[in-house]
Amino acid sequence: MKLQNAIAAAAILSFAGTMGFAQTDNELTVEGQLISTEAAAPAHMENVGTVYSGWRFRSEETQAMQTDDFDNSGFVFVDDGFALMASVDGSEGKSCASCHEDAEEFAGLKAQMPRVNDSGELETLEDLVNTCRTERMGAEPWKYNGSQMAAVTAVIGLQSRGLPVDVAIDGAAESFWERGKDLYYARVGQLDLSCANCHEDNYGTMIRADHLSQGQINGFPTYRLKNAKLNTVHSRFSGCMKNVRAEPYAIGSDEFKALELYLASRGTGLSVETPSIRN
Amino acid sequence: MAENVRPRVRVPKTAAAGEVITIKSLISHKMESGQRKDGDGNVIPRSIINRFVCAFNGETVIDVTLEAAVSTNPFFEFEAVVPEAGDFTFTWYDDDGSVYEETKSVAIA
Amino acid sequence: MAFTRRKMLILGSASFATATLAGLPAFASLTDDAIMAITGGAETSDAGITLTAPEIAENGNTVPVEVSAPGATSIALFASGNPTPSVATFNFGPLAGSQTGATRIRLAKTQDVVAIATMPDGSFLRASVTVKVTIGGCGG
Repeated sequence: MKLQNAIAAAAILSFAGTMGFAQTDNELTVEGQLISTEAAAPAHMENVGTVYSGWRFRSEETQAMQTDDFDNSGFVFVDDGFALMASVDGSEGKSCASCHEDAEEFAGLKAQMPRVNDSGELETLEDLVNTCRTERMGAEPWKYNGSQMAAVTAVIGLQSRGLPVDVAIDGAAESFWERGKDLYYARVGQLDLSCANCHEDNYGTMIRADHLSQGQINGFPTYRLKNAKLNTVHSRFSGCMKNVRAEPYAIGSDEFKALELYLASRGTGLSVETPSIRN
Repeated sequence: MAENVRPRVRVPKTAAAGEVITIKSLISHKMESGQRKDGDGNVIPRSIINRFVCAFNGETVIDVTLEAAVSTNPFFEFEAVVPEAGDFTFTWYDDDGSVYEETKSVAIA
Repeated sequence: MAFTRRKMLILGSASFATATLAGLPAFASLTDDAIMAITGGAETSDAGITLTAPEIAENGNTVPVEVSAPGATSIALFASGNPTPSVATFNFGPLAGSQTGATRIRLAKTQDVVAIATMPDGSFLRASVTVKVTIGGCGG
């Protein structure tokens, strides 16, 4: 095992070449607002001293795209989100806006998600949206990682942009958090890799031609250059698992929600960047 | 009509007469290149925005011919002279015959 | 264009002779054909035209490029390594504030992005930038 790791490490290091070994030092200012892309790692992270937003690991051109709310093509989908929230849907003849007149009332919400509700269930932003739709609008739930959900969660997340991530991991959340942590450190798949192997042990290095980030989720849903649309966090988890040739957990599954909580906690102190631009 | 096509433009609301302003335009469009194949191995036919025109009070600012190599959600940034108050019109032409339009007014400061 | 293959090759080799300094490959390519269709084989100058593109593209699907040629009537962009090299042509109208355009393009692999500006006096300018495009490591 140790020899395998050493060979793998040598292979990864040998590609460290032109893109630089670590994250860039640039500061992120969006529409004049300074957004924090680094913070002291929360106490529960034993192996990491500073947490960095994924923004810091992207090329200068990609970073530049996020500094302006027009250059950031994710905003055309935020526009879609606002339109969806204003349109009536379901048996009750309501739109989201019928009750939530101004999206600004969602300020601070994304920064706390996921969280445990009164019934003891771990809820994500997508759960809140679909609960509203089914129970209060009499509408069909949206596909958990579909384009409508991504658009509306981007609108909601945007209202927390610049606010520090601050999820609860104690009390009722503790058992979910522990499960997420176990999942984070579990090796899976044909390539036998855990999230930690890349995103904790090797962030800042190159994996083939990709500049490995810490795998933070403070910018989701994110506009990915690869598919030119908003991507939700569970979609990314699924993609990551496929990349290590593991059978991914289901979108919206308990595993992914627990992982989402744990990952959010690893970004404590970073600013919400929704909607961010990533590779 | 391609699905969910949404134009988006950024134009300053006011300008001095004769000022050169920066305009940015975007339209959410898949820009199906004609290079991809579906699950059965059949080529997915090309379907893109093939032309973008920006005009001010009827006079052309820029007229762009697009090919399949323009990225999904075509984005353009360019400059325009604002000789007087008026309307910028933005028109996108789709391979499928659809035409999308957006208009933004500019006042003279 | 009514160019026969013969005409194309003759014109092509004439322009190659004068353009050897630019390091063009010694055979006609789709890009050269497309450029020929604009310039008719005329010499191009590299002064007065700027093409900006990243040295390494984060993702070949969305590569930001910007081109500028003061006074040009139009600027055509080509991706010489793409299945079809034509990318876009900016035609500037009377109310263009400058002859510049920025956009985002798809590059299939590491290649030269080429810009050809047509000037009002019938002359042509050319700029070229090499953009490295990689296969992603794990983001895909």
